[in-house]
Amino acid sequence: MDVVVLVKYVPDPTGTPKLGEDFLVVREGTDGTLDPGDEYAVEAGLRTVEAHGGEVTLVSMGPEVAMSAIRKGLSMGAHRGVLVTDPALRGADALATARVLAAAVSRRPFDVIFTGSESTDGYTGTVPMAVAGLLGIPALTFARKVEVGEGAVRIERQTDLGYDVIEAPIPALVSVTASAAEPRYATLKGIMAAKSKPVEQLSLADLGLDPATVAPTQRVLGITPAPSKGAGEIVQDGDGAVARIVDLLVEAKVI
Amino acid sequence: MGAEIDPLDFLEIDRLLTEEEREIRDAVRAFVEGEILPGIEGWFESATFPREVAKGLADLGLLGMHLEGYGCLGANAVSYGLACLELEAGDSGFRSFVSVQGSLCMFPIRRYGSDEQKERWLPAMARGEVIGCFGLTEPDAGSDPASMRTHARRDGSDWVISGTKMWITNGGIADLAVVWAKTDEGVRGFLVPTDSPGFSTHDIHRKLSLRASVTSELVLDEVRLPGDAVLPGVVGMKGPLSCLTEARYGIVWGAMGAARSCFETALNYAKERVQWGRPIAGFQLTQRKLADMAVELNKGMLLALHLGRMKDEGRLKPQQVSMGKLNNVRVALEIAREARAILGANGITLEYPVIRHMNNLESVYTYEGTNEIHTLILGEALTGLRAYDR
Repeated sequence: MDVVVLVKYVPDPTGTPKLGEDFLVVREGTDGTLDPGDEYAVEAGLRTVEAHGGEVTLVSMGPEVAMSAIRKGLSMGAHRGVLVTDPALRGADALATARVLAAAVSRRPFDVIFTGSESTDGYTGTVPMAVAGLLGIPALTFARKVEVGEGAVRIERQTDLGYDVIEAPIPALVSVTASAAEPRYATLKGIMAAKSKPVEQLSLADLGLDPATVAPTQRVLGITPAPSKGAGEIVQDGDGAVARIVDLLVEAKVI
Repeated sequence: MGAEIDPLDFLEIDRLLTEEEREIRDAVRAFVEGEILPGIEGWFESATFPREVAKGLADLGLLGMHLEGYGCLGANAVSYGLACLELEAGDSGFRSFVSVQGSLCMFPIRRYGSDEQKERWLPAMARGEVIGCFGLTEPDAGSDPASMRTHARRDGSDWVISGTKMWITNGGIADLAVVWAKTDEGVRGFLVPTDSPGFSTHDIHRKLSLRASVTSELVLDEVRLPGDAVLPGVVGMKGPLSCLTEARYGIVWGAMGAARSCFETALNYAKERVQWGRPIAGFQLTQRKLADMAVELNKGMLLALHLGRMKDEGRLKPQQVSMGKLNNVRVALEIAREARAILGANGITLEYPVIRHMNNLESVYTYEGTNEIHTLILGEALTGLRAYDR
């Protein structure tokens, strides 16, 4: 089974990302790592090939430093890596990213694509569906559980109220949540073996993509800091208190 | 960011590491954060060594990681040092476990063992299926190990060993004891399965240091071993002393891990703790403490890295390791005590790692060669005059 995992290099998620003058996240010259959300996708991919045989290919788009995210995935056990990097991709939006990833993925046959649900820096959460759409394959999103079978993949999709069971024929794309598969630690042996695993670095030209087709279609005009948290609401005892609390809990999607 | 100083890497020592070394360091740090830090307060308080963590350390590839072949990783000395540092930033007990397994037990088998001994023991020890302990120190033979009483005599083709070993890390949980004993030919090393008749252990309780680590007494009462239980490759004290040099090298790094944890805790605490309306980090006396801690931490890191590069070049001498052990454990203990002072009363609880590290370092200060002995080793190297025997 040929498994692809889409991975992203993000600024150190324990810190506050820095924004440049164009309001884009500064990605070079800062500490970065494999997006922690993508580790679940890598784990799901590794478990799939452990059960069914085959190889896991990591595909990423980003600056050259993004190779370290691929190496992290390789040291967890993935087999090969592809990084698309091109100066023309700076500031690429979600659609442009999806076009590039779809083009990189479609160079070889594949059965299942795993992704995280959203990145920990941009949080658009739209790239997985866009990639599936561009490739013309089903997108099974927000999987809290994944079962890859013969010719089909079945997931439990996390919803606000519970979960849906969804099945689709493969090839298909699956985006996973943090409940899907606890990621394994990169082992020292994995780190040392990662050095000799095949890694490709591709430009837009290598993919046959015209920079115009992946030019950003949107521009950030300004950034406003999130408002500081106000005081909470104190519900006084009395008529309507219970109903008000229930309303608040529904609003918070707790019940 | 480029222009700013990173308080935890003031001198940008990170840049002196290779990408692979940084990745190995990060992998061990992630394991410590995920598997050791959440449980360590409880294990320390209840004096428990968690076996499942030992298995995790094996799966990670840490056991015998600096040895070549026989299921060992073959990483360089700097990577091994970085792993020791990250482990000890968790707790000295886990670094001790890895030091004993890799440097004190697997190393002599790798260096002095027969092919059969290497095949039999090393892969299983790398996988963590066989836990080792190292029996050199005795109740009455500490800094002067050559005064040991444990002896082994030939009986036909067998060996028969009797004696008592003391302060043995991993003793009570070990499957294999590397025991050093006097013979007619001189001191020799023996591979003693701990289920051998006549072999018993007694764990040492009521310790106030290295509580998440097993420390035991080994008793060998006429333990009969086959002729091939002896390490064929070495006779004399240079055998056990070479093992100690290996393990001390790991301590040079490990102590900086405990120190870093204390420094980081104290720095964060000082920035958050407000008295007289401002963070205590803003007071000159606190800043002096923090600055002194940072200076010693960075110097100690450079020393460890320098010794590591020398070890990878194959030119590191035992006396140079002594300099590292002497300095780095001493400054780590000073950093821990200063950190404990900055934390005030909070510094004495297990809510913060500081007093745990401080108490652990009291053991690290004297084990694997006391501060005094390492001082005299340097004295001898400098003057050619030995000041530590009769």
